[in-house]
Amino acid sequence: MSSFWSIWISVISLGTILGCFLLLRWCLLNKTGVEEGDDMHHSFDGILELNNQLPRWWTILFYMTIVWGLLYLLLYPGLGNFAGLLGWKSSNQDIRSLAESKAAVVQSVEDAKESLFGVGVEYDRELKFAEERFAPLFNEYAKKPIEVLANDEEALKIGQRLFSQNCSQCHGSDARGQFGGFPNLTDDDWLYGGSPDKIKETLLNGRNAMMPGWIDTMGEQGVKEVAAYALSLSGRDLSGSELLAGLEEAGEARFAVCAACHGTDGTGNQALGAPNLTDNIWLYGGNELAVIETLTHGRAGVMPAFKDTLGEKKVHLVSAYVYSLSQGQ
Amino acid sequence: MSEISQAHPDYNYKVVRQFAIMTVVWGIIGMGVGVLIAAQLYWPALNFDIPYLTFSRLRPLHTNAVIFAFGGCALFATSYYVVQRTCQVKLFSDKLASFTFWGWQAVIVAAAITLPLGITGSKEYAELEWPIDILITLVWVAYIINFFGTMIIRRTTHIYVANWFFGAFMLTVAVLHIGNSMAIPVSFTKSYSLYAGAVDAMMQWWYGHNAVGFFLTAGFLGMMYYFVPKQAGRPVYSYRLSIIHFWALISLYIWAGPHHLHYTALPDWTQSLGMVMSVILFVPSWGGMINGIMTLSGAWHKLRTDPILRFLIVSLSFYGMSTFEGPMMAIKTVNALSHYTDWTIGHVHSGALGWVAMVSIGSIYHLVPILFDRNGMYSTKWVNIHFWLATIGVVLYIVAMWMSGVLQGLMWRAVNADGTLTYSFVESLEASKPFYLVRFIGGVFVVAGMLLMAVNVYKTIRTPKEQFANEPQAQAA
Repeated sequence: MSSFWSIWISVISLGTILGCFLLLRWCLLNKTGVEEGDDMHHSFDGILELNNQLPRWWTILFYMTIVWGLLYLLLYPGLGNFAGLLGWKSSNQDIRSLAESKAAVVQSVEDAKESLFGVGVEYDRELKFAEERFAPLFNEYAKKPIEVLANDEEALKIGQRLFSQNCSQCHGSDARGQFGGFPNLTDDDWLYGGSPDKIKETLLNGRNAMMPGWIDTMGEQGVKEVAAYALSLSGRDLSGSELLAGLEEAGEARFAVCAACHGTDGTGNQALGAPNLTDNIWLYGGNELAVIETLTHGRAGVMPAFKDTLGEKKVHLVSAYVYSLSQGQ
Repeated sequence: MSEISQAHPDYNYKVVRQFAIMTVVWGIIGMGVGVLIAAQLYWPALNFDIPYLTFSRLRPLHTNAVIFAFGGCALFATSYYVVQRTCQVKLFSDKLASFTFWGWQAVIVAAAITLPLGITGSKEYAELEWPIDILITLVWVAYIINFFGTMIIRRTTHIYVANWFFGAFMLTVAVLHIGNSMAIPVSFTKSYSLYAGAVDAMMQWWYGHNAVGFFLTAGFLGMMYYFVPKQAGRPVYSYRLSIIHFWALISLYIWAGPHHLHYTALPDWTQSLGMVMSVILFVPSWGGMINGIMTLSGAWHKLRTDPILRFLIVSLSFYGMSTFEGPMMAIKTVNALSHYTDWTIGHVHSGALGWVAMVSIGSIYHLVPILFDRNGMYSTKWVNIHFWLATIGVVLYIVAMWMSGVLQGLMWRAVNADGTLTYSFVESLEASKPFYLVRFIGGVFVVAGMLLMAVNVYKTIRTPKEQFANEPQAQAA
């Protein structure tokens, strides 16, 4: 802020406190012209007021809070631009990226080596504390392969907690996923592969799935035909269907274009994240209308990357947990 | 109660009577809605899937009804009464008085209609949309003119301390209301705040905390300064204490708003300053409590026989408790635990139910016999029962919320050895559930007391004067 506003803030805030102090002194001196303990010689609807001295303990309390308040304003930011003697602030301002933020934390810790009061920036101090307290634990686990951790009860507990706080919002607290493109992680159906390395890769870098829409090239009838064929791949009997009965064969003829990703037999391709169409597991719903919808407009599923937010070592533990979920199958 | 006199022919008691009666009516409605939403938190099905009855819409109705309808009517009634009695002159204008009554009732009815409909400006305690805000402003300006006009034509040399507080409350609330409600209307029922981002949040809590400081504190201290010495029949303890605590209170309160925004995007300096002023504020707040309670010195025995005095004195105890708790919660370290938990709700209710409601109820019990020319309330015993219902209700309420709040705060911050959170949010809700039942029961006690009060007031007004024989010492002067 400009120095005008800084001075303005300092003057009126200190003025308020000083004003309270001076009035307190004045009241203690009894300038009322009435003897102490006497009444003020004016009556309001029969109410008299006594001129008693202020209670001593209360006066002392007032002094104490004023002194404390001034000390606090000396040590911490409060008076406009004056940063306070402790150099404390809640966070690094003017940060524009995660990289800048991380660099600022390193810098704060570096600066603190010459300071009497430790890290001045609260946010950095908390990160440093968390790093010192929790990092050794995660470093230990990072040394072990995911397959080993998947049988380590303590590691799985940590993995599960991290999952609850970071993954369950989409995949559910039981990891069974939910309708609308959030896959069930407890079965052995994997879009991008279920090996420990693949799971970790998915978690670290995220995934961007891309099923194109076909309405423009295939038309409504074409979409229906392909939907019929796709459902038949999972062994669905469409003979009683009003919408799709008898369209399977026409759909098969059109399937060549789908086979580029989903494979000629429709079993999918984990390198591309193209789902297996033959296992009757449907990410966006397996009823006729839902499949038609998928084919008509396409789907764009996004799994966010956790490399920056959780860090590689925590992702390692979450990977072990997720991997363990499908091992009982 | 030797002060009971015939209605002074010169005073405008009509508007005081109107506001006093509506205080009881709105008290029952506002607190009743509070009990309903407290029940909804325990039995969520009680919103019956009707949008107008959902917690989100009834909660602002509850807060507006108890603060501005119940509290507001109590302040209008007592300030109009006190300013006339202590200035020994009739109100400046009967027409303005009548306008403030009907205007204020119109505001309340408009609130009761628009809030359940979901029409809201979305600022806490300032939800009402711009056309209603304008009506509030008009009523308030009329109120100020009438009150200060009466003080200007007063027959006394000095201005009594109660009127300092009433005056400060009126002027500041006008500034707060107009400042915070500035908005750009896009239709008759929708507007957007003139401010944005952290500035908007700061304006809101500058308003919000001073709604507490000036509406719910300064105004009710004005009430206290008349009704406590009057009911106790004792002189005010210390005139000089009145001076220092009045000026310190009003000059410090206005700074305290930022403590509602600790650990937010508000600049660090603003948060620190708000915290420092809030902590110093503790002392002048207690000045008011001391002056009220010490006024009773030499008359403590009256507490044994006079339940009205009991209401007033216990309200001061709750005032002292809340004004210790508030500054403590404004300290950032404490706030880190208490903020966003039920502790805040408990704190608000120890102020609103313990202090504001009890001092108002005591004052109304003092006023009703005078306004309707009776020798006392129809049943002093009922007043006593009401006192115990209110006290038990408030204690149940705030203790439940303290426990629930501290529990929530501790559960939310608990971490495992790996740095992950120990509890999920829903686990903390589960832990709070039993306390929500206790809170509901506390609320039922409070509302039961208000219903008893309504019957007592009705009986007092309806029973002919000749049949009053229960307090023979109270002779009309």
